[in-house]
Amino acid sequence: MTATLATRSARTPSLRRTPAWIVTDSVTIAWRNMLAVVRNPQLLVIDTVTPVMFVLLFAFVFGGAIQTPGIDYVTFLMPGIFVQTVVFGGTNTAVGIAEDLQKGVIDRFRTLPMAPSAVLIGRTFADLLRNIYVVIVMTVVGLLIGFRPTGTPVGFVLALVLVAGFGYAMSWLSANIGLRAKTAAAAQGAIFIPVFPLTFASSAFVPVETMPSWLKPIAEANPVTLVVNASRGLFLGTADTGTVLAAAAWIVGIVAVFAPLAIRSYRRR
Amino acid sequence: MSSPAVLAEGLVKSYGEVRALAGINLEVAEGSLLGVLGPNGAGKTTAVRILSTLLLPDAGHASVAGHDVVKDPDAVRASIGLTGQYAAVDENLTGRENLELVGRLLHIGRKEARIRADELLAAFGLTDAGGRPARTYSGGMRRRLDLAASLVGRPSVLFLDEPTTGLDPASRIALWEVVEQLRRDGTTILLTTQYLEEADRLADRIAVIDGGRVIAEGTSTELKDRLGEDVVDLRVADAARTAEAVEILRDLAATTPRAENAAGRISLPVHHGAGILAEVVRRIDSAGIEVAELSLHRPSLDDVFLSLTGRDTTVVAAAQPAARRRFGRRSANPETAA
Ligand SMILES: Nc1ncnc2c1ncn2[C@@H]1O[C@H](COP(=O)(O)OP(=O)(O)O)[C@@H](O)[C@H]1O
Ligand SMILES: [Mg+2]
Repeated sequence: MTATLATRSARTPSLRRTPAWIVTDSVTIAWRNMLAVVRNPQLLVIDTVTPVMFVLLFAFVFGGAIQTPGIDYVTFLMPGIFVQTVVFGGTNTAVGIAEDLQKGVIDRFRTLPMAPSAVLIGRTFADLLRNIYVVIVMTVVGLLIGFRPTGTPVGFVLALVLVAGFGYAMSWLSANIGLRAKTAAAAQGAIFIPVFPLTFASSAFVPVETMPSWLKPIAEANPVTLVVNASRGLFLGTADTGTVLAAAAWIVGIVAVFAPLAIRSYRRR
Repeated sequence: MSSPAVLAEGLVKSYGEVRALAGINLEVAEGSLLGVLGPNGAGKTTAVRILSTLLLPDAGHASVAGHDVVKDPDAVRASIGLTGQYAAVDENLTGRENLELVGRLLHIGRKEARIRADELLAAFGLTDAGGRPARTYSGGMRRRLDLAASLVGRPSVLFLDEPTTGLDPASRIALWEVVEQLRRDGTTILLTTQYLEEADRLADRIAVIDGGRVIAEGTSTELKDRLGEDVVDLRVADAARTAEAVEILRDLAATTPRAENAAGRISLPVHHGAGILAEVVRRIDSAGIEVAELSLHRPSLDDVFLSLTGRDTTVVAAAQPAARRRFGRRSANPETAA
């Protein structure tokens, strides 16, 4: 053990924060979070198996029972399953952040002269990549079991962008819960309180018309319904611009509200 | 004289009803090591978290490396390293990646981050384990990795919050050697500990804290001098006669003698120990009490803490079994034995 421990050499940490750090630090944090997935092949297996299981279960269990006029149930279901899955994927953000808090990793980050927002931007970005992977897996499985998107390729891609974008927005909502939870388990539990009603009281699995009259207006106002309807329309080539724009506005709005809130609560000492 | 590397004045912090810090003053001269000594719940971690910009104080102010911790946290962060009470390593990353991550977030450049990581892995005997995920590391290895991570930026001020709590004796001694090395290299260090022995060995100055206040401050020798120059430790063969022996000796003591009745142990702080030893023996002998052990030693920090807080070892033992272990009597270094 020689002078290497403490002696100040040419490269000492730079002092002045620049806006570029938000980008470079976010990339560093995203790299770190992606490594966690790579190091835990089980996570990747779970990420793959769970959505496939959902697709198959819903398609075959409910496929015969739920009437979707003018459209095959598997094709009706797929956008709903996609959105549900990315919303569930967004809950990973809460759990991951709560875990980092609990283990003291966030304390380490907070004592570094880095861009504070990068810890959250990097994490939500890594979770977005994870969600994109999952959506691709589900699309392939869906196509194999009878998902027939009849719209344009551009519409197809736009639909997937909306789905992934909504998952990203949910990650930011989720980040707020993760930052306030005392433990990872508490975060896991708390995040599902908004997530279950959001996904099930929506047009994801059944047409809203089949719901009781008191629930209908709630389901219609639910952003999940809007995002599902918009991507359903885009997949089938029947989308109306208003619905697509409304869905996009929800995504932008959720990020615009919950990202600053999360960053503020991350920075609070 | 240069201004202190760490200066805390009147720091107050409450968590709801709990007043963790009740106006703490601390000062660490550049290049020196301050040992902050106190039992569980004394406020050590709270003080460290304020000084390392993790927490805002309710009142008071503090500066580290010349920068205000409240107003200029970024400048403070560029100068400090923190090793918390629990190892803050990323389990999924390898040892090397953990260090590279910190280097990259310190903006020292990717290449330099890699070089620095290798340097530190070597310095901490982790080169072979450097490619393994940290989750496979032992407790001692995690602590070393955590400490290494806090050194990536070559901090001029280092905070070590109970760095050896929970370590086995060999790892503890290895860590002490690292801390001594850093101190020799000129790093200013604030180290908190519950171990008197640790503060005694490592610290230039010691601040004893209890209940969110500094109750004594000084060098180890200064603190010991407060109690008297020497301590006579005595064990009577018949523990039932302990109280009687204390009464016989009471007027020889510089401050209140302490007794553990069950064990027959008496601890007598005295001035001019060597001269008094004969008197102790004479009195005990003429009372017909048989002495099993007798020794004279310089007061340990153990003695100091107990006299400062007024808490007797037996009382501490009843209230807090863990504290008993940490503050409990170790065999004193007998300079004279009878
Ligand atoms: N986050 C917290 N919420 C409530 N009370 C706390 C919190 N952190 C510490 N305390 C309380 O503040 C006091 C000081 O704690 P701490 O600074 O951790 O002491 P130490 O590190 O010396 O053991 C204790 O009474 C502890 O219970
Ligand atoms: Mg503590």
